[in-house]
Amino acid sequence: MTSRLTCRELIEFLDDYVEQRLASAERARFDDHLGRCAACRQYLTGYQGTLRAVALASAPDAGAPPEVPDELVAAILASRRAS
Amino acid sequence: MTDRCEGELLGALKRGDERAYTELVQANTGKMLAVARRILKNDEEAYDATQEAFMQAFKAIGSFQGDAMLSTWLHRITVNACLMRLRHRKRHPETAIEELLPQFDETGHRIESGPAWTEDVVDRLESAQLRKVVRDAIDRLPDNYRTVIVLRDIEGLTTEEAAVALGVRPEAAKMRLHRARQALRTLLAPHFAAEAE
Repeated sequence: MTSRLTCRELIEFLDDYVEQRLASAERARFDDHLGRCAACRQYLTGYQGTLRAVALASAPDAGAPPEVPDELVAAILASRRAS
Repeated sequence: MTDRCEGELLGALKRGDERAYTELVQANTGKMLAVARRILKNDEEAYDATQEAFMQAFKAIGSFQGDAMLSTWLHRITVNACLMRLRHRKRHPETAIEELLPQFDETGHRIESGPAWTEDVVDRLESAQLRKVVRDAIDRLPDNYRTVIVLRDIEGLTTEEAAVALGVRPEAAKMRLHRARQALRTLLAPHFAAEAE
C-alpha cells in the first residue's frame, strides 16, 4: 500500500497537480490528502486563485493600450534609415 | 492584421520599403516597450532594449520565413534583448524567499495556513484594481523569481523556453517558478482574504 502524502509533498508537486501532469495513481494520492486536510485545500484554493489573478492581470486586452512614445518611434526609424 | 496583410507587409519589409518599416515600428513599439518594462523595471533600459530589439529584427528580416506572426517574432527578440541586459547587470546572489514559502513541521505537515481565500474573489475584483495588486506583488519578488514568473505566466513562454532564456536547466526553471508562485500567493493573500471578509 502506498504511503499517504504529507503537506510538504503535496505542495512540492502542486504545479504538476494543477497543470494535470500527474499520473492517475499520484493524482489519487493528492485527492486523498486534500480530502483529509483543510489547510491544503485552502492552500490550493489560494494557489489556483494566484494563477488566475496573474492570468487575468496579464490578458492582452487588460488595461489601456500600450503607450507609444513618439521620440522612441522616431529614434528607431532614424536608426533604420542610418543602417 | 489578416494573414494576407501580414504577408504583404513582410514582403514589403524584405524589399526595403521604408513605409513598411514605419508601419512595423508604429504597430509594435508600444507592445515591445511594455514587455521590456515588465522584465527590466527600468524605463531607460526598456527604451534601449526596445531599440536594440528592432535593430536586431531589421538585420534578420531577410532571413525571417514568416513561420510566426511578426509580432510574435518581435516579442521573442525583445525578451532576449531584455534578458541579455539582465545578464550584464551586476550579479547579486539569489535572494532568499523562504519567509514567503509555506512552513512545515518535522513530519511534513503545515504549521500555519494563513488567511483564507474565497474561490471567486479574483473574478469579483475590477480589472484595473486586480492588475495593480498583481503587478505590485510581482514587483516585490526578488529579481530571479520575478523574471521567471514574468516570462512564464505573463509573457507566455513555456517552462523550457524560459529555461533557455534564463540559461538554466528546465528543472531549475520549473522549481524557481513554483517557488515564485508560492511567494506570490503569500503576497496576494492579504488582499484577497481581506476582500472576502
